[in-house]
Formats: sequence, C-alpha cells, structure tokens
Amino acid sequence: MFSTPLVIQVYKYMSLQEDHLGTGVWHMQQTSVEQLKQHAIELRKTAVTMVYEAQSGHPGGSLSAADVISALYFRELNVDPTNPKWEDRDRFVLSKGHVAPIQYAALALRGFVSNESVYTLRQYGSPFQGHPDMKKCPGIDISTGSLGQGLSCAVGMAIAGQRDEKDYRVFAMVGDGECQEGQIWEAIQAAVKYKLDNLIVFVDNNRLQIDGFCEDVMPLLDLEKKFDAFGFDTTRIDGHSMEQIVETLDTFAKQKNGKPKCIVCDTVKGKGVSYMEDQAAWHGTAPNKEEFELAIKELEGGLPV
Amino acid sequence: MSVTKKAVEKKATRAAFGDEIVRLGESNKDIYVVDIDIGKSCKTDKFIEKFPMQHINVGIAEQNGAGIAAGLATTGKIPFISTYAVFGSLRMAEQIRQEVCYPNLNVKIACSHGGLTPGNDGGSHQAIEDMGVMRSFPNMTVIMGADYHSTRKLIAEAAAMYGPVYLRFTRDAVPMIYDENETFEIGKAKKLRDGEDIAIIANGDTVRLAIEAAEQLEQNGISVKLLDMHTIKPLDVEAVKDCLDIGRIITVEDHNILNGLGSAVAEVIAEAGKGQLARIGVQDRFGESAPYEKLLEINGITVEDIIAKANQLLTN
Repeated sequence: MFSTPLVIQVYKYMSLQEDHLGTGVWHMQQTSVEQLKQHAIELRKTAVTMVYEAQSGHPGGSLSAADVISALYFRELNVDPTNPKWEDRDRFVLSKGHVAPIQYAALALRGFVSNESVYTLRQYGSPFQGHPDMKKCPGIDISTGSLGQGLSCAVGMAIAGQRDEKDYRVFAMVGDGECQEGQIWEAIQAAVKYKLDNLIVFVDNNRLQIDGFCEDVMPLLDLEKKFDAFGFDTTRIDGHSMEQIVETLDTFAKQKNGKPKCIVCDTVKGKGVSYMEDQAAWHGTAPNKEEFELAIKELEGGLPV
Repeated sequence: MSVTKKAVEKKATRAAFGDEIVRLGESNKDIYVVDIDIGKSCKTDKFIEKFPMQHINVGIAEQNGAGIAAGLATTGKIPFISTYAVFGSLRMAEQIRQEVCYPNLNVKIACSHGGLTPGNDGGSHQAIEDMGVMRSFPNMTVIMGADYHSTRKLIAEAAAMYGPVYLRFTRDAVPMIYDENETFEIGKAKKLRDGEDIAIIANGDTVRLAIEAAEQLEQNGISVKLLDMHTIKPLDVEAVKDCLDIGRIITVEDHNILNGLGSAVAEVIAEAGKGQLARIGVQDRFGESAPYEKLLEINGITVEDIIAKANQLLTN
C-alpha cells in the first residue's frame, strides 16, 4: 500500500535505480553455514561502520543479534528484494528496534537497498531512521522502536496469515531486557491462544540493558522456562553458533503443531569487538576513529571460536 | 437541514457501532473486530456470532490489542479495536501512537462509554480527555456522532477511508436527531440551523442539548446558527470561520474543555483574531458516581447553561 511513494522516496534520495533492484532470486537453501558466518561478519562490519559514520546508534545489541539475522536473511526468510511488499512473504519484526543497524546491513547485503545508502543512517532525509520505519525503508514490515510492542504486531501478522490460510511465517526478535515489558507477556498469551505455529520468536539473550546487567536492573529469571510455562515450544541455543541456529531453524522452528516457537539465544552483547563485549556502556555509544579501526580489524580477523 | 420535530426515540450510539460493524463485516471480509474482553458491553456480540473468523478477543490486554490490530493492518485488514473510551485512548495510547499513527496504519479505534456517559461507574471510567489525547497524534482522525444514525454513517465513512480513526460512542441512550437517509462527511460540520445572533458548535451527545437550547433561544427572538461538529480532527475550519462574522460562538461538548472541541475551535478563533468564545464542557475535573444527566448538570452542560451563556455573550 505504501510501495509507490516509498520506492520513489528511496530512489530520489539515493539515486539507486541501477543497483537497488534486479538482485533476483536468492538461492537460500544453498547458503552454507560457512557463508552465513562470513555474512554475519560482513553485517557486523557494516553495522559498526554505520554507527561510526553517524556517530550515533546502538552497536552492542546489533552485534549480539548478527548471527541470527544472517541466518534469517540469507537462508530462512522467504522474501523478495524486488518486491518488498509481496503479500506472501515471510515477515520479520525487529521488536528490539534500536538494533536497526544490523537489520539495515542485512537489507543491503540481501539487495533491498544499496550497500552505500545505509551509511546515511540517522541523517536527515535518510530511509535508515534511528529505529526501523516501514514507511521510509523497503523491507521493514512494521515500524518499531518503543520496546515491548513489536511482538504484538507480529502476533497480528501471524493471525492474519493463519486466517487467510497463507504459508508465510512471522519471525520476531525481542531482547531479554525488553521482556521486562508487560506487553510482551500479553502478546505471548495471545500467540498461544491462537495456536500460532507460524510465529517464531528469537530472544536475543545478551543479559545486558542500558543501566547494566538485566539480573541487577530487573531479573528475568529463566526465559526459556517462562516461555515454556506460557505454552510456547521453547528451546535454548548458543546464539553465536551458526550450526545451532541453522539446525534449530531447519527442525524445531518448522514443526506445525499448533504451538508458537521461542528460541532463546544466549548471546554476548558487542560480540566480535573485544572492547564492546559484555559492556553495557556500548549499548548506545558510537566508537571514535581509533576504536572504529580496531573494531574493523578485529572483525576482519573473524570471530574467535 | 433544519430540525423542528421533537425527538422522542432514544438509542445509545454504541448500539450504532454494534449494528454497523455487522453490515460492514458482511460486505468486506477484511473488516476485523479486536475485542478487549468487553464485547458484550461494546455491542460486538452480533459480529462475533456472524463472523468468528474476523474476530479476535485479546482478553484484558489493551496494549496487545492495539499491537495486534497494527499487525493485522499491515496485511490489508481493517481492524476495529473495540473497548471503552478511557482505555482505548489512554491504556493503549502509546501503542496507538507508535504502531498505528506513526506508520499510518488503517486501524480504527471504536470506543463506547465516551465522556460522562458511564456515570455510575464513576470517575475512573468517565473518559473526559480521550478526544484531546487522540487529537494530538499526527495522522489521527477523531469523531463522535450525535445520535444513532449519524454514528452509523460516520462509522461507515471511517471504514471507507484509509488511516487511523478514533470513534467515540455513548453508553447511554440519546435522542435520535437525524433520519436514516441523512449523509455525513468526515471533517465536514453538519449545519442544523442558520442564524445571525449567535453560533453554537456542539458534538456528540451534547448536540441534542444544543438543539433544544437553540429552539428556546429562537422562541425568544434570538437567531441561532447551530453546527454538529462530529469530527474534531480534521476540524472543519471553514465552518468555524463562517461563524466569525456572527462573532459570538459557544462550544458544547461532553469532554474536558481542554483539548477537545472547545480548544480546537478556540485555535481557529485565536488565529483569526476576531470573535468571542464561551466553552461549555467538563470543567477540568474528574467525575464521580452519579447519573449521567446529574454529571452534566454539575459541569454546567445543560440546555439552561447554553441559554445562559448565549445571553451573557449577547449582553457583552
């Protein structure tokens, strides 16, 4: 419904008629675990560069989410960069909208937008708003940014898909800190009531929020048990193990058993940049030039196993 | 049009929602109702019975209801969230801002128990600030019909337009004013009377009071222009400007005098730099358990108050 003005706006801003479209079919099933790992590093580099260029944004959570995002965009999501509003597409809701840079990086690498354009992050006129804006950026299925709200929207999309007997699935990513919001649990109740086995929720369990460790700010206890107690099919994986992510998506997430799925991903905030890892201070801070160069150097060296 | 016949039959405008949403649901399978537990009270029971696959009940969870409606709207559905005005405008206010208005999604918020009509429920349930809150959100349209038929027509118009709409209904029965063939346009005031001495601009359940006040004023030789300003956003600015030559304007609303119809009209008058305004409405205070008519009286929202204000403006 917004596709016409939206595309014009993006083109007008970026002059992308040439390389924005025409990426064509992505042979997703052929993307190997090794390629997904490589993409995850590229996404991290792009996200950190975006935040550095903007001197504003959220690197910590972008880096913790990178591996799941890579698996989704380059293996799992049935989407078409040439037709972002395709009605049968899989949906992805970034409920923790502040980590938009990692999603923008994926949209660029997947061909929704040009690689260069994402470096306009947070600038006036940019489609890459501080938090995802579905009206400005192709490939964003719902605007998010106020924590706790995106999951409800994902539930609405999943109900529509179920009622319309569509095959599409809805993937959502929430933060562990975000689960302090009561609305998350309202959404979870509804997902179970409506038997949404087309809904897959990732919890980016990086254990940190702005003010420090979630454990100290407001303990979340065992999120796996909590989702399970609410009626989700729940599993817990290492959110930086591409093997585990792929395996979980291939088996666990595909069960059509009338139950929504939750994948608690144990992650490290700032993963891949040594000085950002496990540091709440890097939740929403941009690196300076030296820090940025070190980050890129470290990322180019690959992630420690 | 001119209203001369004495209105007798009464119906709550929440019943108009209950009836119209069934008609809409029949002709358009994308019309959804998102109930928040109080479906019976909000009159969605007929819809639920007829169209269970177009209905969702999220339980006592307003915030989630708003988010689900937004998600549905991204897939082309036209969800009507149904609840009480005090919750529909406040408990889910941020969700409406972030997930409905900000992305400009096609979600309608249909609220019963507007204004002081939930009288005996007490101040906790009387929505006196709802339209003001909704009026503050970009992309939002804010409407309250005066009676059963106008409310039905406005609901149909809201369903036909793209974008967020806040619709407010009465819990209590209010007199029928319009016949069922009358047409209404969102954002366009309905002129009920033309006159030269004073202009009265009312909306919702106070239009009936304004009609009666205008009749009595006319009997005393005072010529009254009367507008039913069912849409307070977008306000029919031209209709207000057309009252500026009369110069004496009274607004009447079942809402706080802050931020609702009175404020919207005041903004036009202040910018035009001419005209005198008196605002009749809830006097920026919370209500209490009492019959609806008693609460109107306490807040000075009666036929007598309108007449007194008119006379006051005319002697100034």
